Amino acid sequence: MVATPHTPDRERDQGFTRLIRRAKRQDMIFLACGFAVLAMASLTLLSLIVGLAVQGASWVDWQFFTSFPSRKPEEAGIVSAWVGSTLVMVVTAFLALPLGVGAGLYLEEYAPQNWVTDIIEINTTNLAGVPSIIYGLLALGLFLFTFGMGQWILVAGLVLALLILPVVIVATRESLRAIPDSVREGAHALGADKWQVVRLYLLPAARPGILTGLIVGMSRAIGETAPVITIGALTFIAFLPAAPIDGTFPYLNFEWLTSAFTVMPIQMFNWISRPQSGFHELAAAAGLVLLVMTLLMNGLAIYIRYRLRKAPSAE
Amino acid sequence: MAENQADRVQPSAAFLRRRRRVGTIMHGVLLAAGSVSVFVTAGIVYILAKESLTFFQEVSIVEFLTGTRWTPLFASKNFGILPLLSATLTVTFVALAVAIPGGTLVAIYLSEFAPPRLREVIKPVLELLEGIPTVVYGYFALLFVTPLLQLVLPGLFGFNLLSPGLVMGIMILPYVTSVSEDAMRAVPQRLREGAYALGYNRFQTAVRVVMPGALSGITAAYVLGMSRAIGETMVVAIAAGQMAKLTFNPMDAAATIPAYIVQVAIGDVAHGTIEYQTIFAAGALLFVITLTFNVIGFVLRRRYREIY
Repeated sequence: MVATPHTPDRERDQGFTRLIRRAKRQDMIFLACGFAVLAMASLTLLSLIVGLAVQGASWVDWQFFTSFPSRKPEEAGIVSAWVGSTLVMVVTAFLALPLGVGAGLYLEEYAPQNWVTDIIEINTTNLAGVPSIIYGLLALGLFLFTFGMGQWILVAGLVLALLILPVVIVATRESLRAIPDSVREGAHALGADKWQVVRLYLLPAARPGILTGLIVGMSRAIGETAPVITIGALTFIAFLPAAPIDGTFPYLNFEWLTSAFTVMPIQMFNWISRPQSGFHELAAAAGLVLLVMTLLMNGLAIYIRYRLRKAPSAE
Repeated sequence: MAENQADRVQPSAAFLRRRRRVGTIMHGVLLAAGSVSVFVTAGIVYILAKESLTFFQEVSIVEFLTGTRWTPLFASKNFGILPLLSATLTVTFVALAVAIPGGTLVAIYLSEFAPPRLREVIKPVLELLEGIPTVVYGYFALLFVTPLLQLVLPGLFGFNLLSPGLVMGIMILPYVTSVSEDAMRAVPQRLREGAYALGYNRFQTAVRVVMPGALSGITAAYVLGMSRAIGETMVVAIAAGQMAKLTFNPMDAAATIPAYIVQVAIGDVAHGTIEYQTIFAAGALLFVITLTFNVIGFVLRRRYREIY
């Protein structure tokens, strides 16, 4: 720049000051906008949740957890629903964990770079985006009418396991990827073969990450309605499945797997669809229980991940 | 080292043989687990195709895709999917009208403006929100939002497309936010620094540098959010009504594709009847639409990962 006389210099400075002030103002305005939207969305959700709590809280008592559904709102409860949800979740966890971890291990540690692997990868990503009602149609058409299964706890657990499979696979792969290659190389150098590396080093190190993924998946599965509703999970169930544990050898009883059932979200859906306001309050109570359950599970998962990030895997 | 060779413990041949066998078996087991997802897709495609093909022997595919009346459960049956499709698109449009501007703003705010400590709090909360069961959102739509809207719009029915659309918008907002925020965070810091050095403020940097840089990722967020809204079931099954109606008016009550599937599935429709096949035909259409959007989203997301 050529040396300029005094006055234009000051004018230019003032121009800059104005520009800067305007730019800062623009930033402030946007900052306020962004914060306002964030606050509005949070407040809306918060008020909805508080509303749910206000409607339902007075119904949540011991009787609510121990009673069967009933035609009279004041006598109705969720015992068959929470027992059903628990048993379905047991099946889901037992299926989704080995399948998801196995698939994750295969894709991350074993799979060669070829078209078969590509197909499995793309397929897994796309499955994650398939609407859950489609899984319901899969259960109805394939499991019930092609394989001849019934409206069982086993079928519900199976469908939900397939639904959350992508979540477990992705979590497994991410935690495997986070393990440095030096661990693998060191173990191989000590004479371990592939499976020994996986079993003795990789799986233990990946365990917290896998657990997080499983919990997130389970919390999604427990709130899912659409995939279970299509197999005709009856909404009026006034009995409990056979107990999984009994007094005679071998102490385990698998009759419950083929029992009819209902689950929490379906019970809630059933109560919402009735016209009487008593049932709407029951629905709010069931929703509250469901919400607390899923938030606790998600919170636990986030907490584990947070702990994980704070203390990088030293072992 | 060489003089110690005699002391070295040699694994027995039997041990090595067993280890090799276990290794081979586990490889097979893991491959089997990996291919389960392929079988799931195959199962979905098979069952949708099989039942739809039987359906299309009775009803021409042209009538299905262009017909304007959908009354499979009535005495005089019509099989035009357009009413269900129009309601699905209307709800989706309302949801996106909330989720796209809201999600983009929040994403820009979180990625470019928010102090790191606030972001640390907000990100987990967004994840928590994604975990709220959809049936609970359905309850909100029918019993909170619709009565509230009726105060403002007195002519609104108890069932309508507006309220589930708005609730669905709030529901997918966290998802749109987190996918677009991921894309914006992936834009390298040096591009921002270059923009600041040229005198851009943070807003200009966000809009003129970061957003164009993250465009494919942000578009992916919109497309994937749209696919979620189209396939979302419980909110509309609860709050949108059950009558098929060809409409693009959010004030109307109308059944969407997923809502229709639920309606039939909870009723007593016998296996093998034409009513039963309609839910598979409708499901097949839904599957094709969401799959298309998901593939577009997948490609777009992969592109932004490749650039940086």
